Amino acid sequence: MKIAVSTTGNSLDAELDQRFGRAPRFLIVDTDSGNVDVVDNVQNLNAAQGAGIQSAMTIAGTGAQAVITGHCGPKAFRVLSEAGIKIYNTEAKTVREAITLYSDGKLNAADNADVEGHWL
Amino acid sequence: MKIAVASGKGGTGKTTVSLALASVAGTDALLMDCDVEEPNCHLFISTEQQREKVYGLMPVIDKALCTSCGKCGKICQFNAIAVLGDNVLLFPELCHGCGGCVRVCPTGALKEVDKEIGEIGGCRKDDLSLIDGHLSIGQAMSPPLIRAVKNHGGKEKYIIVDCPPGTSCPMVTAVRDADFVLLVTEPTPFGLHDLTLAVDTLRELKLPMGVIINRADSGDDKVKAYCKAEGIPVMLEIPHRRDIATAYSRGEIMLQAAPELSLMFRKLLKDVENRVSEVKK
Repeated sequence: MKIAVSTTGNSLDAELDQRFGRAPRFLIVDTDSGNVDVVDNVQNLNAAQGAGIQSAMTIAGTGAQAVITGHCGPKAFRVLSEAGIKIYNTEAKTVREAITLYSDGKLNAADNADVEGHWL
Repeated sequence: MKIAVASGKGGTGKTTVSLALASVAGTDALLMDCDVEEPNCHLFISTEQQREKVYGLMPVIDKALCTSCGKCGKICQFNAIAVLGDNVLLFPELCHGCGGCVRVCPTGALKEVDKEIGEIGGCRKDDLSLIDGHLSIGQAMSPPLIRAVKNHGGKEKYIIVDCPPGTSCPMVTAVRDADFVLLVTEPTPFGLHDLTLAVDTLRELKLPMGVIINRADSGDDKVKAYCKAEGIPVMLEIPHRRDIATAYSRGEIMLQAAPELSLMFRKLLKDVENRVSEVKK
């Protein structure tokens, strides 16, 4: 299964970005094959509005079934939910730590957006 | 002649200046409060307002006709439409009402409906006439309402436009068709910083401008130095006085507290007029 994690870096040991919509990149981790893909989100980083929506669309396009991020606002949550993608909020410091927490069953899927848009 | 009063930084005195200018121009002037997110000129003309509702266009979707082609989502520059598989999600709060999605929809699944965006108000007291916009609560897109307010201008000799602060779409919409822009600032680092942003914006729009320094004897001389270096005329300096601030807080026009400033504002109006006719030559 593919999991998208918001990050500022390029590898499993990179920092997890607490922001979803305005994260510079997503790491798409395939938990079955161990394959890691990097998806750029720079266009959204600079979007005037609706960055969360576009990020969610990008994630949907990668075939990921889950997103692990710090916080997710209401519009991104709506798009991800419609696409059948589960959202997990975490305070994990790195992508690897987040994936480990997920694999160990220590993360719970969010029922709602946990922040308002533009929370930062 | 349309004179826009803008600033960059908020709270520098746009409304104070707009009201004073409109009152020296008297029956020749129409004051337009285009700061529709927080219009306040009407507080100084305390009389009953006639209001009418203003509607903007928003897309709605007929899912039976939609083929999920995704064209609407691609053309939307404001991320207000997300097409996911065979589902189309609309985010009306992000919509600017441009109508692009409706035009590219090949099956007519999208159509535009009226959505209330705010109200236009009008009032008159003594020689002063005002038209203003009041954006509905929860509505984030002010430019359509600002345009609606501006369409209400008549054949008055002077139209004084009290603009929203900042340099983004609302400010640009308000100043766009002005013959001259007065930038009100204060002699502080913040005032100067935002003045430079406003100057850059007006240069991009190729609009003639002048600067008014409010609370002129406070702060430092950097605004003046900047204006000199950039060749922008400082057209008026308003003194920092407690009686002016007190009058404002009571909802009085500055000239009621400081009638001696009327002369300065009459001269300002003349100077602006001269500069506009120079530009037109």
